[in-house]
Amino acid sequence: MSAVTTTSADDVRIPLRGHLRHTGALIRRNLLWIRQDPESMFDALLMPIVFTLLFVYVFGGSIGQALGGGQERYVQYVIPGMLAMMSMTLSQGVGTGFSQDFNSGVMDRFRSLPIGRGSVLFAKIAVELGRMLFATAILMVVAVLVGFHITSWPGLLATVGLSALFASSIMWVFLTLGVILKSAQSVQGVGFLVLFPLQFGSSIFAPTSSMPGWLQAFTDYNPLSTLADAARGLMIGGPVAHDLWVTVGWSVAITAVMAPVAIHKFRTKS
Amino acid sequence: MTRIDENPGGGRNAVTVRGLVKHYGETKALDGVDLDVREGTVMGVLGPNGAGKTTLVRILSTLITPDAGQATVAGHDVVRQPRQLRRVIGLTGQYASVDEKLPGWENLYMIGRLLDLSRKDARARADELLERFSLTEAAKRPASTYSGGMRRRLDLAASMIGRPAVLYLDEPTTGLDPRTRNEVWDEVQTMVTEGVTVLLTTQYMEEAEQLASELTVVDRGKVIATGGIEELKARVGGRTLRVRPVDPLELRPLASMLDELGITGLAATTVDSETGTLLVPVLSDEQLTAVVGAVTARGITLSSITTELPSLDEVFLSLTGHRAGDTQDAEPADARQEVAA
Repeated sequence: MSAVTTTSADDVRIPLRGHLRHTGALIRRNLLWIRQDPESMFDALLMPIVFTLLFVYVFGGSIGQALGGGQERYVQYVIPGMLAMMSMTLSQGVGTGFSQDFNSGVMDRFRSLPIGRGSVLFAKIAVELGRMLFATAILMVVAVLVGFHITSWPGLLATVGLSALFASSIMWVFLTLGVILKSAQSVQGVGFLVLFPLQFGSSIFAPTSSMPGWLQAFTDYNPLSTLADAARGLMIGGPVAHDLWVTVGWSVAITAVMAPVAIHKFRTKS
Repeated sequence: MTRIDENPGGGRNAVTVRGLVKHYGETKALDGVDLDVREGTVMGVLGPNGAGKTTLVRILSTLITPDAGQATVAGHDVVRQPRQLRRVIGLTGQYASVDEKLPGWENLYMIGRLLDLSRKDARARADELLERFSLTEAAKRPASTYSGGMRRRLDLAASMIGRPAVLYLDEPTTGLDPRTRNEVWDEVQTMVTEGVTVLLTTQYMEEAEQLASELTVVDRGKVIATGGIEELKARVGGRTLRVRPVDPLELRPLASMLDELGITGLAATTVDSETGTLLVPVLSDEQLTAVVGAVTARGITLSSITTELPSLDEVFLSLTGHRAGDTQDAEPADARQEVAA
């Protein structure tokens, strides 16, 4: 309902150093939140442990057999998938935290300060990516304990970079939801509806070759499938190029569309 | 090009508003508001809930954009120069807008950094303002553990970090107990002596009288009166003096004596026999003193004497002939629902 703020040439521009300073100050704020409320790290800590143990020990034997091996075979298959899953699931937190922020008066203060309004969003994303790196480290420790063999360390680094890229694009979606939706609960609710089909309609947990044709058509272009498959290729060897580029393409496209939408919605929210 | 921020009464305006309009669907939150706030003064914007006060402050702090009209703050246009404008304002909202999870010190340091102070300066400014607002003891505690008054003080400190030229106080004492309210008033008065221009919105005549030198009365998005506090108080009938003699039999003779003296405001002196008090409307301090003098001269013993300001309702009644938010006008009823945006 409110008009777009058109800033004309006679307004001052914020220099890059200013943007970095503002984003830095807001990152500090979000880190202090974690210190104040360490429980907010529980999901990043427990999710990799619980899901890895669950999938490896519950489904590992039977899916591993189908793969022509056993549980050890499934570990190799599912760990890269876990990485892809976490990059999506943990991204959700950025939206719920943001929605809480909006319901307190502090957001009005930020928006009345001479800072680039993107800084508030960039800081959220930076901290959320930090949480994800922490979760990835936990995942890798658990993975090695259940017998995962990393054959390429540069591949692992590339995988972490790729999932961070994809996660940051998904965060713009959740930030937009955080601005539009009224409560943190509704962000979580909508997020769940989006995440669930994407996660299970993918090659994260099981190969797609036994799925019906129409579902395969979906999973082939589901970015979670391509991210998981690219991660497999990068860490343990195999074809990479196609999945890598599809994932990068998705990430760039989602960011290109959703980042301006999120910033615009944030700027014009009254 | 003529500047719109020349004040008609001489000097320069810190805030100039011309024909400001903001509609939310059918609701006219602001319906053509004009306002002149001279540099270094305190302008009180008085009005009931839903009058458009908060919408005005939100436009002047660039949180929302107007549908029509023009507004400048310290020479910067709200629509065309929002970044420059944000550098010269401080905002204290109706609800304390501090980060409750952060300690007081961290709140102030963060805002200092967002206002481009160096790390060293931001640290020094945070220490200085905590000291000044008597929050040093609580510096390291999360703001969520603060009392209502402490939170409001932290909020004021946060708005002062950038040494703003114009400070908006949007109902700064709504929801506070009287003692805490007085604390906040003291702080605001100190800031004013330091030369900050203040735009204060309030629902309380008493608060406006305490803090503001000039007053703009708004209702349903329109300015219905503007002028100096004394002037407007005179227009609405000044204060009411409540006198209670120890002996109720003295009431009538006292009333007729004051009538003879010619001390009456806009209304006549009335006797409230139920409480045994005499209500004397007075327009000036001189009239008040004359009443006390006459009582003393007659040798009447009083058990109590108090003055009362007209309530917001009475102000509206005398300025507009209707009560605040009444449906007398032709406006559709749904046009007045409160805009909490």
